Amino acid sequence: MDIKDIIKPENFVYGKSKVLTDTVMHYCPGCSHGVVHKILAEVIEEMGIQDKTIGISPVGCAVFAYKYIDIDWQQAAHGRAPALATATKRLYPDKYVVAYQGDGDLASIGTAEIMHACNRGENIVVIFINNAIYGMTGGQMAPTTLLGMKTATTPYGRRADLNGYPLKITELIAQLEGTCYVTRQSVQNPGSVRKAKKAIRKAFENSALKKGTSFVEIVSTCNSNWKMTPVKANKWMEENMFPFYPLGDIKDR
Amino acid sequence: MAFKGAIVVDIEKCKGCSVCVANCPTQTIALAKKVNSKGYPYCYMENPDNCTGCGNCATVCPDSVITVYRVKI
Repeated sequence: MDIKDIIKPENFVYGKSKVLTDTVMHYCPGCSHGVVHKILAEVIEEMGIQDKTIGISPVGCAVFAYKYIDIDWQQAAHGRAPALATATKRLYPDKYVVAYQGDGDLASIGTAEIMHACNRGENIVVIFINNAIYGMTGGQMAPTTLLGMKTATTPYGRRADLNGYPLKITELIAQLEGTCYVTRQSVQNPGSVRKAKKAIRKAFENSALKKGTSFVEIVSTCNSNWKMTPVKANKWMEENMFPFYPLGDIKDR
Repeated sequence: MAFKGAIVVDIEKCKGCSVCVANCPTQTIALAKKVNSKGYPYCYMENPDNCTGCGNCATVCPDSVITVYRVKI
């Protein structure tokens, strides 16, 4: 069979979501942000809530998320996305509010905001991209950086006596009464992408059921700042990140 | 039941990360020797006969440049 006979509209299986804009993403080649944007857009498209969703973009690489996903967006100050999401959700209780944050944003400068938003049980969705490094500013150590991991500010590797221990913020958040769904996923292969998409969909459904805060951590790569190729970074993540940040649901009620 | 598939790549948007190449179960995709206008080598079907239209490449593509088509044969 000729390829031209296969490439026809009736044989269409999978393509770009309509909720994504045509703007070329500024992310580095192979960046996990692109995959997470894609599955977030697919969930919004499948649930038919494009005009009912408000996104809160963080400070970090995902600061330009409003250019790529065609929903309403607000831009929060560094780490303050959960605070802005709280305000937005309380003003518009019928809308779906999703805060999209990285690890430097959520686990460092924004720890107070995320802890209290989750403890109050705001009916929002929080997507937390954990790549164990500050991506946009040039690869400095983040609270989530693994012990021994080399970054711009820990050139000989992170040391527990000098830099403290990596922060498992998702486990901390699971302790709070206000959260209903806390999970950790990844997006390095087709199976994990589908699981992560299911988790995000469940988080949105919990938001509609007013069950509390849903928190989805995505263990990600930052191949540019890890100084690896995208494929090697995915492998490194599987070998080094997953033992410390095990995947799966931490809390589901 | 067998399937035969094909992909269409948005060449100008591809950044040549090769995550699709690593995740293709049938070794259909490879990076081209040529580059697009931004200087990235783009992905293409090197062995189009192998493609089953599983969609793994499009699922993992960070820039959503791959569209998948599939027929039953």
